[in-house]
Amino acid sequence: MNDVLQIIVKRLGLGLITLLVISIIIFGAVELLPGDLAQAILGQAATEETVAAMREELGLDRPAPVRYFAWLKGAVVGDFGNSLASGIPVTELIGPRFKNTLFLAVYAAIIAVPIAIMLGVLAALYRNSVFDRVANVLTLTSISSPEFFLGYILVLFLAVKNSLFPAISSLSDDMSLADKLHRVFLPALTLVLVVVAHMMRMTRAAIINLLASPYIEMARLKGTPQRKVITHHALPNAWAPVINVVALNLAYLITGVVLVEVVFVYPGIGQLLVDSVTKRDFPVVQACCLVFAATYILLNLAADVGSILTNPRLRHPK
Amino acid sequence: MNEKVAQGIVSGLLKQGRSNRISRREFMQGMIATGMTVASASSLWSTQVMAQSPKKGGHFRVAKGHGGTTDTLDPGHHENGFTIAMVQGVNNYLTEVDAAGGVVPEIAESWEASEDASTWTFKIREGVTFHNGKDLTAEDVIASINHHRGEATQSAAKPILADISEIKADGSHTVVVSLNGGNADFPFIVSDYHIPIKPANADGTMDWESGVGCGAYVMKKFDPGVRLDLEKNPDYWKSDRGHFDSIEQIAITDPASRTNALVSGEADAIDRVDLKTVGLLSRNSAIKIHQVQGTLHYTFPMNMGVAPFDNVDVRRALKHAINRQEIVDKVLQGYGSIGNDHPIGPGQQFYAKDLPQTPYDPDKAKAFLKSAGMDSLTVDFNVADAAFAGAVDAAVLYAEHAKPAGININVVREPNDGYWGNVWMKKPFVASYWSGRPTVDWMFATAYASGVPWNESFFEHERFNELLVLGRAELDEAKRGEIYYEAQKIMNDEGASVVPMFAAYVFATSDKVGYAEPFSSVWDMDGERAFERWWLNS
Repeated sequence: MNDVLQIIVKRLGLGLITLLVISIIIFGAVELLPGDLAQAILGQAATEETVAAMREELGLDRPAPVRYFAWLKGAVVGDFGNSLASGIPVTELIGPRFKNTLFLAVYAAIIAVPIAIMLGVLAALYRNSVFDRVANVLTLTSISSPEFFLGYILVLFLAVKNSLFPAISSLSDDMSLADKLHRVFLPALTLVLVVVAHMMRMTRAAIINLLASPYIEMARLKGTPQRKVITHHALPNAWAPVINVVALNLAYLITGVVLVEVVFVYPGIGQLLVDSVTKRDFPVVQACCLVFAATYILLNLAADVGSILTNPRLRHPK
Repeated sequence: MNEKVAQGIVSGLLKQGRSNRISRREFMQGMIATGMTVASASSLWSTQVMAQSPKKGGHFRVAKGHGGTTDTLDPGHHENGFTIAMVQGVNNYLTEVDAAGGVVPEIAESWEASEDASTWTFKIREGVTFHNGKDLTAEDVIASINHHRGEATQSAAKPILADISEIKADGSHTVVVSLNGGNADFPFIVSDYHIPIKPANADGTMDWESGVGCGAYVMKKFDPGVRLDLEKNPDYWKSDRGHFDSIEQIAITDPASRTNALVSGEADAIDRVDLKTVGLLSRNSAIKIHQVQGTLHYTFPMNMGVAPFDNVDVRRALKHAINRQEIVDKVLQGYGSIGNDHPIGPGQQFYAKDLPQTPYDPDKAKAFLKSAGMDSLTVDFNVADAAFAGAVDAAVLYAEHAKPAGININVVREPNDGYWGNVWMKKPFVASYWSGRPTVDWMFATAYASGVPWNESFFEHERFNELLVLGRAELDEAKRGEIYYEAQKIMNDEGASVVPMFAAYVFATSDKVGYAEPFSSVWDMDGERAFERWWLNS
């Protein structure tokens, strides 16, 4: 187990360095974009004096490295600064939105992961059967359609033609959990349709691969029932690739859902990031990107730890 | 009883019913007396009377096609339909532009001008309180106007208030504003949505951070780019306005989602109806689509200081080489009207309706080119959809129209990001838009007067600038009309902007929403004052 702890510590250290490098890249990318916050906010109404007054107040007239290090100095001690546009502390701005994003991601994952793994196992068991073909065609169709298109189709049939679910998922604080689950069902379903295929195909492939190995043949020859072969012999060895693909999809559910947020008017972090990039609101962009990067780093770490824990050969190295 | 008399009685009863002067029973009795059946009288009552008189109460839900997470409460930065509706719902202004386009009192009970229109005295309404209970006095008005003045201000309203030389209180409820020159339209200017009257801080600055105002609704929650929750202000001084109990405004920038919200009953009203699907939406009988011809117009400004646009015949050639009607039909799907190369809309006071329309005439355009000493002309046209939705399509159409005239317009598509900073007023021939201003002088002074920061065509014309100063200080309307006719004629003939079209505001409401027509044409959604003016019927 000490090895696992060592890995976690080492990877977290590397993760911090990755975050630092990412913050530099993000800063550079925002700098490269044409125009700055003052111009973006004032738009057509900008005059030279008002733009200059705004730059001076926000400190945008300082050279780029000075601004970056000023930000870094605060970030190191946990102060991510205030939004340049609204003056609201970044943490206050991102907090509730990230909570919403997590809520949607977890909601979708709770539906998608069991379905995907079950479909994968069944498809592997009955491979090349009608069930396998149908499951494959349906999931591949849904992953191949753009997610906003899937969203519109669901809205058309489940909200406009039959008003089973609301067409827009705007949340308010005083909603009960059941209300929220009902409101957010359509975006969650859209995301489920998008991520199921990848996980299901991976599970199917991993199990088919294992089913051809000699020890499974052995188990079958000694008369173990089919169910037990899968659950006791095949699945434990299939976990590692499946965990990895699940982690990847979870990260996607958190970071890649801007289009779904737009279609369903869901107040998540993706929309915040897009707005902030348009307005060149650097502290918010930076914080959003770091949250995304940290999500990837942590989920990948969790996947690696998961694969080690499920693999006795890695758990007990010689 | 002859038919005319009966009709007179019917319309009289309808009018009395709408203003709550007669009961349903009296209405029915009166109607039956004209020979009408009970059934049709009853249906008249429910459709014509009940639906037309404002009702108190209800929760109003609006979906707006604007709103970003970077929106703030600072009225100097407001620029989109979401924040304009918000600021006008929560606050009052010195004056208000009514549906007919005239200026009427709001916080200012009355006002008068000195003879040269350079000193304006506003009498402030007494007994108006802010949402925090504080009385509204002259100090608050001064702080609210000063928020947009001075070196350090970041307000977009700075240029329109730049003419103020001094502003001072005369007692607790009178404000005297001195201008550097005469301006007969000053009461219109203070109705601008940027300039709400908000409470003054102790140091004379304006308190915008708290969101406190004196308007029909109290701000409950503002989540930038997401939603706005408002509650009725129980102490509102206007008794015939502000009918809803509560309001919820959601930002839905995606047109398909906005339409879905209205169709599925999640919203009672939406703005910026998607013109590509408006035909399908109009088939839904529970939804009403409204079209208001306003001051919103699109422009193609040329930089008058740069060759070849410094030659007036080149400009004339370009104005005759565009088929305006086709652009209105194809880009606006018919929801608009053609422009005549000046920024004054047909519904506005002093619109020059006798001015001949510049036609699409490639031969004439060719002739103008010849008198400019050219056989053919090639110009770059830098556009992006940031200027207005469909700007690139309009530019491509224009390029096709201009070909037979020997004019080769090379359409350069620019990125939307940074368009206003890097392309507009930087490249010599671009696309742009103006929401329009309620008065002729305001529009000209904002975008066409010599040396103003937003003079997008770098228009310089001695006589035009003289006319502006003359018209501004002129209090006699007939004389002003003549002055502005000449100014519009100059722009039409010699101006450096092609103004191809005026776009209509197109918004939609569910059949539950009540309103009084006509709608204001200054902004989208009844001058963005739907919160205050509309009501719910059921």
